[in-house]
This record gives sequence, C-alpha cells and structure tokens, in this order.
Amino acid sequence: MNAIPAIALRDIHKSFGATEIIRGVTLEIQRGQRHGIIGPNGAGKTTLFNMISGRLSVSRGQIELNGQPIHNRAPHEINRMGLSRSFQITSLFHRLSVFENVRCALLWSRGYGYSIAHLLNKQRDLNTATAVLLERLGLWDRREVRAGLLSYAEQRALEIGITVAGGADVVLLDEPTAGMNRNEADHAVALIRQLTEGKTLIIVEHDMSVVFNLADAVSVLVYGQIIASDVPERVRTNPRVREAYLGSKAA
Amino acid sequence: MTDIVAQGNGNTASYSVRAALRRYWPAIAVIAFAIMLPWLFYDWSKGRHSGFVVSLISQMGLMTIFALSFNMQMGQAGLLSFGHAVFLGLGGYVTIHALNAVGDGSFWLPMEIMPLVGGISGLTFATFFGYMATKQTGTAYAMITLGFGELVSAAAVMFNGFFGGEGGVTANRMVKASLLGLTYGPAIEVYYLILVWTVISAVLMLLLTQVPLGRMANACRDNSERAQFVGYDPRMVRFYQCAISGFFAGIAGALYAIDYEIVTYDAVGAVLSANVLLMTFIGGVGVFWGPVVGAVLITLLQSWMSLISNAWLIYVAFLFVVMVIYAPGGIAGLIMAHLPIWRAGRVAALTVPYLRIVPPVLVGIVGFVGLVELTYSASIGRGQGKVLALFNHAIDTGSFLLWVAPAMLLVCGAAVAASQRPAFVAAWAAVSDETRAKEPGR
Repeated sequence: MNAIPAIALRDIHKSFGATEIIRGVTLEIQRGQRHGIIGPNGAGKTTLFNMISGRLSVSRGQIELNGQPIHNRAPHEINRMGLSRSFQITSLFHRLSVFENVRCALLWSRGYGYSIAHLLNKQRDLNTATAVLLERLGLWDRREVRAGLLSYAEQRALEIGITVAGGADVVLLDEPTAGMNRNEADHAVALIRQLTEGKTLIIVEHDMSVVFNLADAVSVLVYGQIIASDVPERVRTNPRVREAYLGSKAA
Repeated sequence: MTDIVAQGNGNTASYSVRAALRRYWPAIAVIAFAIMLPWLFYDWSKGRHSGFVVSLISQMGLMTIFALSFNMQMGQAGLLSFGHAVFLGLGGYVTIHALNAVGDGSFWLPMEIMPLVGGISGLTFATFFGYMATKQTGTAYAMITLGFGELVSAAAVMFNGFFGGEGGVTANRMVKASLLGLTYGPAIEVYYLILVWTVISAVLMLLLTQVPLGRMANACRDNSERAQFVGYDPRMVRFYQCAISGFFAGIAGALYAIDYEIVTYDAVGAVLSANVLLMTFIGGVGVFWGPVVGAVLITLLQSWMSLISNAWLIYVAFLFVVMVIYAPGGIAGLIMAHLPIWRAGRVAALTVPYLRIVPPVLVGIVGFVGLVELTYSASIGRGQGKVLALFNHAIDTGSFLLWVAPAMLLVCGAAVAASQRPAFVAAWAAVSDETRAKEPGR
C-alpha cells in the first residue's frame, strides 16, 4: 500500500488577509479512488479545489499530483500534468458552439498546441473524438447550438464533458449536480460514473445522496479542517460528523 | 456510432470545390467585381483610368487588410487595441526604405513580394510590443497599446534618420524590379498589386480562424480562465494572435508605402488607429467579413463624402456612435441577424414594423443633416466665403425659418421613431426568437 497517491495534500493552509479559511488539511487520495468532500457552507471546499487546480495560491503546505509538487503552479501547467476540474458556476466558451467547446477541450491533450498549420475541420481523429464524446454526453443533436443558449442541465453536462475531454487522470468536480432536480441529478451521476471510469475522481457535493452513492471514500471538511475521512458508511455514523454537519441537517 | 463519426467529420469538413463555391460565392463575386471595377470608370474617349476611382479602391484594399488584421485582435481574441497603426506605420517605414534601397541598387527585391518586407517588419514589432502588451487583457491592454502608439508617434518626430521627421520619407516606386516586367508607374498596376495581396491576406486570415490558435483565441475571448483549465496559457494565445495580426498590418503598411510613395508620422498615429477601430466596429467585429464592409464603407465616406460635404467627419462619428449603441454587431451583425429570418421565410413579419420605423428615422436624419450643414455654413463656410446651396438655389443662412425647418424635422422624426421603437423591438424579438434557437454558434 505504498503506491504514490494521485493527490496528496500536506498540511495545506490558506488565508485571505487575517482570515484563515483552510487550517491545515492533510489528505491522500489513491489512484482510481472516487473521493467525496462534504461539509457545511463556508467550510472551504471550493477554496481547497481552487488551490489544487492552481486557481488560488497556497499560503502554506504542499500539494502533490502523482508525486510531483504542483502547489502555486499555473492552472494550465497543472492541467497539462493530468489534472482537470469543473466549476460550480458553469464555465463554458459561451459564444462557441457545443461542438467547438468540446473540440477546444481536446486540442492541447492531442498535441495541437498553438498550431496555425492544422485546419480543424480536416483533423479526422480530433473530430471523431469530439463526436464520440458529444454522443456520450447526449449533446450530439445540440452540437451546433451556441453553448450560452443551452438549457441549464445541458450546460452542466457540457461542463463535465469539457472537464473530462482532455483525458486527465485526476478529475475534480465542483458540485456537478448543483441546481438540478432529482431526475437530472441521477442522470448526471450516471454520466459522471461512466465518464470517469478508471480515473481518480474528487467531488465536492452538497447533495448527500450523490456523494454516498458515488464515492468510495468521503472526507468531511468543517471550518477549514478535515474532521473525518473514511468509507461512506463509517463517515455516516461518525458522531463528530453527525454533530458538526449531518446532525443539524438530518433533523 | 460509425454514423456519428462520419457525420462529425462530414458535415464540418466538406472541402470539395462545389461546396467551397456554394459557401464562398459572395466573396468570389466581390473579388470579380473588384477586378472589373477600374474598367467601369474607364474613360474610353481619353483612353485612361479615373485617377480618383483607382486611388479610392486602392485605399479600400489596403484598409481592408488593416481592418481584418485589427479584428484578429478585437473580434477574435477580444483585445481592444488603440495603437494598431503602429504596425502599419512601421511596416510602411521599413518598406519605403527598402524601396529606396532597391531604387539606388543597393538591394534587390521584386515589387511583387515587397509587401512581405512590411509584413515581416510588422511581425517583428508586434512580437516586441505584443510580448509586453499581452501580459494584460481588457482595459489594461487598451491602455498599453495606447501608450505604445504615443511612444512610436513621439519617436517618429524625434529620430529623423529613420522616420524623416515631420516631412516623412519619400520614395519612387518605379524601381525597375519586377517579376512580371511591370513598372508600377501607373496607379492601375499598383491597384492590382494591392488587390492580389488583399485577397491573399484575407484568405490567410480566414484560414487562421480555422486553426487551433484561432479557435483558442475565440475560447480565451469568451472565457480565458476556462481555457487555462483545458491546458492553454491564454497569455501565449494572445501573444501569438497579436504577433500574426501585426504581420498583416505590416503588409497593409507596405502597400500604403507603395501606393502613396510617402510615409509620414501620420501612418503610426492615433488618428489612423482610431480610424481602423471605427471601420471594424461599423463593419462588425463578430463576423469575419465585417471589417471588410467597414473598411470599404468608411474609405468611401472619407473620399467621396468629403467631396460633397465638409462636415463629413461629423457624419462618420455620428454613424459610429449610433452603431455602437443600437447595433453593436455592426453592419455585418445586422445582416447576420436578418439571415435566419430570411431563410425561415419570416421577412414578411418584419415588413410592417420596418415601414413604421424607417420613414421617421429618415426624416430625423434629413433634419440632422440640415442642421449640421447650416451650422457649418454659418460658421466655417462663411469664413471661407462659401455659399450653401440646395437644388442649385443659394440659401441665406441668416433666415430664422431656415433653422426651424430642419430642427422640426429632427425633433419630429426622432419623437415618432422613439414612439415606434417599443413596437419594433417587440416585433423583432418575436420573430428572431422563433428562428434564433436554431442559430448555430461559431
């Protein structure tokens, strides 16, 4: 069991001015694991994601991706090392078509870089991969619509599609089912399960049923600290967790 | 699945000649028209071309390249530049020195590929300035480019060796270096040189919208943070896009130098930078060919309308303000907004709303033009001893009634148009909503 973890957080701290949001988080997530992070509002879940993905700097501590330090590196560098993320508030290329959105997300991982010598429409493998992913997302029929004009659930599906398109083996999803009804959420969970097959998945979620349904392990973040990290059944029955988080809600 | 794969490639990648013709026939028609145009104004009795027309359409050609290169930054990458003339002007200066060098025999380069001198200069300067400016986006980028524009303008009057001071640098384009055996003395030969380079540049810039860099420029424009999380450094995307845009601006500068045989500090100045911005916005930033429309229209207004009215600048400025407020997509945006409605056969639904709003708008415009002309005539015109004439009748600008009439037209036209506007907007929204859902993204 000494394999290098996919993600390792070592005593991470984050302060905004005098306010300490993350107060020493240490966590290892093994390869292929589906790891849920839960916690009450303002616990710092999204801040944690922002630090892992390079959107925010780390005040103190270290983050490793497959054994390589990634803290305080630029988001595109971290992405190129094999980590991808989605956003709680949908973040698309809103004036581009659905097809172009997915194709853009595939470009770097397929080695196109900043090329000016490849006509996109002539790249058969690229366009095939785009079409296949669109079909899996259920967005093939909507491929020519501007992303900004999609329905909310469709935008969320596209958000996940852009996140997994590049083939990153560590995927961070920030509240992928936020704002969805039960039916849409179930559909999204099935989609996530299918698209992240064999990958390491870290998911922040408010919807408990989604987390306990999807995750192999769950960490509970309260006031910038992890108070429990275990398999879902044991987290569910952990008295500290019930007190700090579930207790107030389950009532 | 194979079905989808075939479609995924098929419907986006049909590059057969017939498909290209079907798609690009308007462009081909425009090029054919541009080739014929000088001959439509040919004076057969004297056996010579109209100097005015040839010089006008030459300018349209090089401004088309310039505006398209501006839009590589503005429309495609979301970068507003206030100093784009720097690349045209510096490309022009280097070209005019190259022309002189070829002229005195110290250097040999045929005229046909001389525009590449400007292009490479533009690329070099855009690499240098762009590397710094593209560290930023938005307002900061606009400020930095404004600063560079002022910097180069100041340098142009300080360093006489290269810039020739206030008088600029002149050259004779008849350098006897041509692959085709042309002298480039007659303006018509220069026009066709400009036309060929305009077509080459436009085609290259169109292709550049269909490659990974161009697409990621769109992506960074829409959401530069998301672009980072799919592996791209938005700063490098902006940098490369800016550098290539400078290349084409430099080609325009070379053609400018060849056409006018003089480059002064005006060519790097803020007025030209503002002009290209005006053209691009009036033509439309959201559509590839929008800047072409703007460049042709504004050049026409500048040359032809300046013959009719001395107050033409006011009309251009007014047009710009009105377009930015009411039609931010420019002329091309207006056309593209009507296309889906036209395709869906719903134009009839807009006929009545248009009939109700266009006449009062026209009346208002007549009133506005009348007031502007009267004001101009009563102030500057009188000073120059000019007389305002309408239908060949001299008009006394001192008469009070004469001022009331256009003022009434303007006020009434504007009032009626304003009262009709809500109904028009509602009718427009209803029809476009119907067709818009099917509108494809780009």
